[in-house]
Amino acid sequence: MNVPVPSTATPPLLFDSRVTRWFMAPAAAWMALFFFIPLLLVLVISFATRGPYGGIEWTPTLENYALLGDFLYLHVYGRSLILATLTTAVCLLAGFPLAYYIARLPVRRQGVWILLVIVPFWTNFLVRTYAWMFILRTEGLLNTILLKVGVIASPVEILYSDAAVLIGLVYGYLPFMVLPLYAVLGRLDFSLVEAAWDLYASGWAVVWRVILPLAKPGVIAGCILVFIPTLGAYITPDLLGGARTMMVGNLIQHEYLVVRDWPLGSAFSFALMAMVLAGVWWYWRVERETR
Amino acid sequence: MADNSVEMREVVKRHGTTTAVDRLSLEIRKGEFFSILGPSGSGKTSTLRLLAGFECPDQGEILIEGHPMQGVPPNRRPVNLVFQSYALFPHLTAAGNVAFGLEMQRVPRAEIESRVTAALEMVKLASKRDRVPGQLSGGEQQRVALARALVNRPAVLLLDEPLGALDQQLRQEMQVELKAIQEQVGITFVCVTHHQEEALTMSDRVAVMDHGRVLQVGAPHEIYESPASLFVANFIGVSNTVTGRIIALDDGRCVVNTPDLPAVPAIHARAPLGALAGAQVTLVLRPEHLHLSRDVRSDVRTDGVDNAVPARVAKAMYNGSEMQYHLSVSEGLLWQARVPNSRGDQKRFLPGESIYVRWKVDEGVILAE
Repeated sequence: MNVPVPSTATPPLLFDSRVTRWFMAPAAAWMALFFFIPLLLVLVISFATRGPYGGIEWTPTLENYALLGDFLYLHVYGRSLILATLTTAVCLLAGFPLAYYIARLPVRRQGVWILLVIVPFWTNFLVRTYAWMFILRTEGLLNTILLKVGVIASPVEILYSDAAVLIGLVYGYLPFMVLPLYAVLGRLDFSLVEAAWDLYASGWAVVWRVILPLAKPGVIAGCILVFIPTLGAYITPDLLGGARTMMVGNLIQHEYLVVRDWPLGSAFSFALMAMVLAGVWWYWRVERETR
Repeated sequence: MADNSVEMREVVKRHGTTTAVDRLSLEIRKGEFFSILGPSGSGKTSTLRLLAGFECPDQGEILIEGHPMQGVPPNRRPVNLVFQSYALFPHLTAAGNVAFGLEMQRVPRAEIESRVTAALEMVKLASKRDRVPGQLSGGEQQRVALARALVNRPAVLLLDEPLGALDQQLRQEMQVELKAIQEQVGITFVCVTHHQEEALTMSDRVAVMDHGRVLQVGAPHEIYESPASLFVANFIGVSNTVTGRIIALDDGRCVVNTPDLPAVPAIHARAPLGALAGAQVTLVLRPEHLHLSRDVRSDVRTDGVDNAVPARVAKAMYNGSEMQYHLSVSEGLLWQARVPNSRGDQKRFLPGESIYVRWKVDEGVILAE
């Protein structure tokens, strides 16, 4: 009699599971040593007290987190949030048409354009930000051109303002928006666009009803890649925003290196992380509900 | 003409240096199932895209329902296209896909609902309305694509290789169904295909295209039985051919001398219109018209078979409903014959056997060179 034997076999593996564990070891060790442990240290320090000469005294306190409620600090967080959101929005609005344009080019020419998008990465970010200072300052390139053309009568003060920071951030993070968008739009079946057009959709309707929904994974990836580093940006607001336009990154740097209040700086760092995680969690919930 | 759904007048479309559509003129009647048949690169897909409005003619004029289509974008044309790849929106359900065109036309919600339901019922997919394309089989996706186009009640439905991605059995079922749906809705169907059986089965009329030109337009039986050129004869079905010269004409018939068939002095055939003695011609014979026998004399006159050529069986293949033979009629000239396996006493021939190939005078088609 043939009784079917319940199968206990697991699917075959390319490598023995003991071996794969060793493959993981270098990365796991690296992450533990240089990411997880320092992060834990920062967390611990955030509950410590500043010593009289800038040292750390191990007296547990919630004082550092309580200081976050201070209007001065809230203001910096608020500005960071607004600037990061604006930067993400501008990058999306500017990056989407560019990514779509590149994705619709003949494949041979796409490479050149992608190269042009990432070419700035070949130069140090600090150097490029200094270049923006040269462009934006009162007697800089932009003002000189605008004066010559006659658009303005007297130089505009752009440098050391929120606008300068926004320009610098958009410049710095636009490629992080364009690349993931290009990745999804390059795989978009263009016959879907034609199908929508054939089914009486106008140009805008094609974008809203077909292209954007299908590009959504790229939009999300791009927004996360732009929003998170922008929120903690440090060099751009420091150089282009000056003392007037402080963002969270500058605040943390200030606490650590100028005031030498490591516990407060640590608390600010964790508040920033909490903001990012809250944003991601909120997005994840919205996404799950719309399914 | 009010009877025409589509009119193309001397339409030219170039892609770079190649001319995809070359002075094409077509008249497609209201409510007919019209197929454009041709090999890949013949310009048939370009023709369809010109009708859909994705491309503009470089010269010539296109009229749909009597209206000139010059400068009218795809979303304002009274036509809908069923894409070869179906192009279903992967983020929408079957019902969402079908509703898309109606939503874009701002049809009232309640009407959309009833029309979508009716369209899905017509293609027998009412039970799968909430599935996304990824959860549907190829045949089901094809039906959704059809419903998505038909629900808009276009003046003309364009189909680009509609059954190309389906397997053989499903393809044959859908041929029958597509034709039935077309008769039910009464919409003009313009179908582009390279599949000749599909075109012959479904169409009221067929246009054969090659190199951007229409070679012949006619009912399926006209195209198959009276091909206007060797290209059409070879493209539609299997053709056995032999070249020769008309040596005599008599009472609608002609006598053709065929040097490639040295065993027979001449072949008799129906004379084409305007045939001249001395003209170089090609004789075309369909495989199912050839009769095979072991004996040359066997009732030649009584059953009306009046040409007989000796041949040797090169290959004999059994494919269920019929026997397929490859016959060597002379050095380097191979013909095909199909004999139904309808009767139990059907004689079968073996490879290497010497037989006679016979056919009636009216079954051969003479084409002028």
